[in-house]
Amino acid sequence: MIRLEPRLTPSRAMVWGTPALAVLATMIAGGILFAMLGKNPMEAIWTIFVDPILDPYSRDELFVKAAPLVLIAIGLSYGFRAGVWNIGAEGQFIVGAIAGSAVGLAFYGTEAIWLLPLMALAGMVAGTLWAMIPAFLKVRFNANEILVSLMLVYVADQLLRAMVAGPLRNPAGFNFPESRLFHDSAVLPLLQGFPGLTEYTRVHVGVLIALLLVPLAWLLLRKHLLGFNIQVMGSAPRAARFSGVKPAMIIYVCLGLSGAMAGLAGLFEVAGPAGQLVPALPQGYGFTAIIVAFLGRLNPLGILAAGLVMALTYIGGENAQLDLGLPRAAISVFQGMLLFFLLGLDILVRYRVRFGKRGAAQ
Amino acid sequence: MNTLLDISGLRKAYPGVVANDDVAFDIAPGEVHALLGENGAGKSTLVKMIYGLVQPDEGQMHLHGRPYAPTSPKDARAAGVSMVFQHFSLFEALSVRENIALGLDEAIAPRVLADRIRSVSKDYGLPLDPDRLIGDLSVGERQRVEIVRCLLQDPRLLIMDEPTSVLTPQEVNILFDTLRLLSKRGVAILYISHKLDEIRVLCDRATILRGGKVVATCIPRDETPRSLAEMMIGSTLADPPLRRAVPGRTLLKLTGLSLPTHDPFGVSLQGIDLTLHAGEVTGIAGVAGNGQDELVEVLSGEQLVEPGMIRLDNTPVGGLSPNRRRSLGLLTAPEERLGHAAAPDMSLTDNTMLTGRVRQRLSTQGFLKWNVASNFARAVIKQFDVRTPGVDTPARALSGGNLQKFVIGREVMQKPRVLVVNQPTWGVDAAAAASIRQSLRDLAAAGASVLVISQDLDELMEMSDQFAVIAGGKLSPTRPAGSISIEEIGRMMGGGDAA
Repeated sequence: MIRLEPRLTPSRAMVWGTPALAVLATMIAGGILFAMLGKNPMEAIWTIFVDPILDPYSRDELFVKAAPLVLIAIGLSYGFRAGVWNIGAEGQFIVGAIAGSAVGLAFYGTEAIWLLPLMALAGMVAGTLWAMIPAFLKVRFNANEILVSLMLVYVADQLLRAMVAGPLRNPAGFNFPESRLFHDSAVLPLLQGFPGLTEYTRVHVGVLIALLLVPLAWLLLRKHLLGFNIQVMGSAPRAARFSGVKPAMIIYVCLGLSGAMAGLAGLFEVAGPAGQLVPALPQGYGFTAIIVAFLGRLNPLGILAAGLVMALTYIGGENAQLDLGLPRAAISVFQGMLLFFLLGLDILVRYRVRFGKRGAAQ
Repeated sequence: MNTLLDISGLRKAYPGVVANDDVAFDIAPGEVHALLGENGAGKSTLVKMIYGLVQPDEGQMHLHGRPYAPTSPKDARAAGVSMVFQHFSLFEALSVRENIALGLDEAIAPRVLADRIRSVSKDYGLPLDPDRLIGDLSVGERQRVEIVRCLLQDPRLLIMDEPTSVLTPQEVNILFDTLRLLSKRGVAILYISHKLDEIRVLCDRATILRGGKVVATCIPRDETPRSLAEMMIGSTLADPPLRRAVPGRTLLKLTGLSLPTHDPFGVSLQGIDLTLHAGEVTGIAGVAGNGQDELVEVLSGEQLVEPGMIRLDNTPVGGLSPNRRRSLGLLTAPEERLGHAAAPDMSLTDNTMLTGRVRQRLSTQGFLKWNVASNFARAVIKQFDVRTPGVDTPARALSGGNLQKFVIGREVMQKPRVLVVNQPTWGVDAAAAASIRQSLRDLAAAGASVLVISQDLDELMEMSDQFAVIAGGKLSPTRPAGSISIEEIGRMMGGGDAA
């Protein structure tokens, strides 16, 4: 018989061991799933997890996909640590993209170095303000931030459609619902010639910024009072209040921070790979980032690794669709399984598994 | 003497600790049997095994001479074993009858049940109205609900876990009358407590546990409280030095402190006046749930009031945040160790940062100095003899007494001018309790003012220079220690009109 026995202290090894185990379990369960679909499981797993790393073009794309995931997940991780559940990063991502695009289009044709920073600022402010709606409603009326932030995703999506069909529509675009292509000053420079990247890389400055934000986020979390207060708030709210933390403040800061990061990621997406505002911009990064945040143990360094793994499933999944004819939904199921296994295996942090009976128990 | 319950060779181990080892004792029908021991001696584990909540690793139990191995409380109740827990499991928004119905193993028609509740409660001198809401009942009455719930099932053995810890002296007397009546009718009672006087008055025999083993069996009437305590801790007790302070200048002054509660089951503070002087220990007695928690939150700054209601050195501080108060020298140690005074899953270093940041300068420009914090945590651990593997251990992993020493030590070592502590020795073993009391006395002797809020009257009588009682959110005028009898305090604790 298998029994679970509580550990005296949570296992440090398991804190980082379970994400790896979860990836492994996902591969196995995914393999079974692919076998049932009539595909060679080994080949499918290889296509998804290994091929993208071997192929230099896919490797570049890995960074392009991982950057928004990492940015959003880092923002979300603060709130998740404090027990503030922002599920609407996708919406904040969209409004960030809209606001940044609007600034870029307002200065259409203006060649200036300050334009991109201004667009980034606009994206962050818009994302923050969008996240302030659930924050205010929670502080003022104790409205559930999960529901409010999630519902605002759909509002943001409609807003995007209205914008590309209306004010931000390309005047010379035959009424297609999309914006002008941004001019050069409003497009993120590519990191061509960077060691390790290909000649035609799509890796842009935003990826570099995401990478630089990782250690900063770690510093804020581990070395700064704000990070400490956020952790206490999530771990023991009453002790946090006793220590002088104001819960409303934490709610505003956490939602604001995650909104800003999601907004920035949105701007990077339009000003980077997309180069214009299109209705198909939202790819579900805001939702996938939730998985990334937990897979990375809400730790910025872990999130960086988790973001790359998740990007791998995106790119590998696309390759598998093309090469093996796997259905698109199979990849979504695959990503969902990852979160499922991670949450399930989390019990190993606090419990150890014992086999067999012992003594007169039971 | 015939035997109701016979236990032999009982053993139960948890990861890292053997809770019970080779425990053997027996209970006769109608006997009131005390189970004595410090916190962590294994009393709870033992009764949990008898009540079927946990199963022993080794050993046998016999009830009425037949093997008895309950796998659930339902089994135990069916065999005639009932238990009244220290912490009640009652729904405040439901009536007495509804609460009792929820805890019964069989369904009884509401009207029949109400009649049975009335007859049982009358029979045993435990007046109880089946239609009242639990939220409206006093703690003593709530306990009656739990007892009546057990009695309805006609038990042969009733286990009571620390039943008097929440009662006024008068309520204790009523409870004892009921227990004696039960015993006369042949119901055996297993009585867990560490209040030695009660055990000497009530119990026929006592089994003493230490470190999970039975170390002695005795007739409590033939022992002194001191000899019982020494059996419990396994060493001789030192008397605390007597000290009566000459009050110094006024440090903290509460004037007309009031705070209406928004919680339907909370207590409103009403017009509290209190003056604390330097070099003095002030005790506040009261039955739990009479405004103690609210008072501590107001003093810590978790709840803000009008600035002038609280003055520290004549500076109004009622509107200041917890950290502003800390920087001025007003520190608090709340009652609930896990989750309020300390964050359970965070390390001791983290928990030092929790309240020590301002006064110990553990941060600059918002950046935290973790090495200074862990040094301070180490100093607390050393000075207060906190048993822990190290400063990275999570607070949850410490035993109650050790964590309490850490929590009190953390505040004391910040050299407060006024220290407010709520239930400083609740659930703490005798040796740790003595050292905590000593450190608080030393703090006062060094010129600080200490406010001790406690439900343990003996502790307050031993420590305080002046004394007040809180009841229903109101505070009595302070009286010098020694000028007031236990009976008088008991009447005040019951709000002046206790049964």
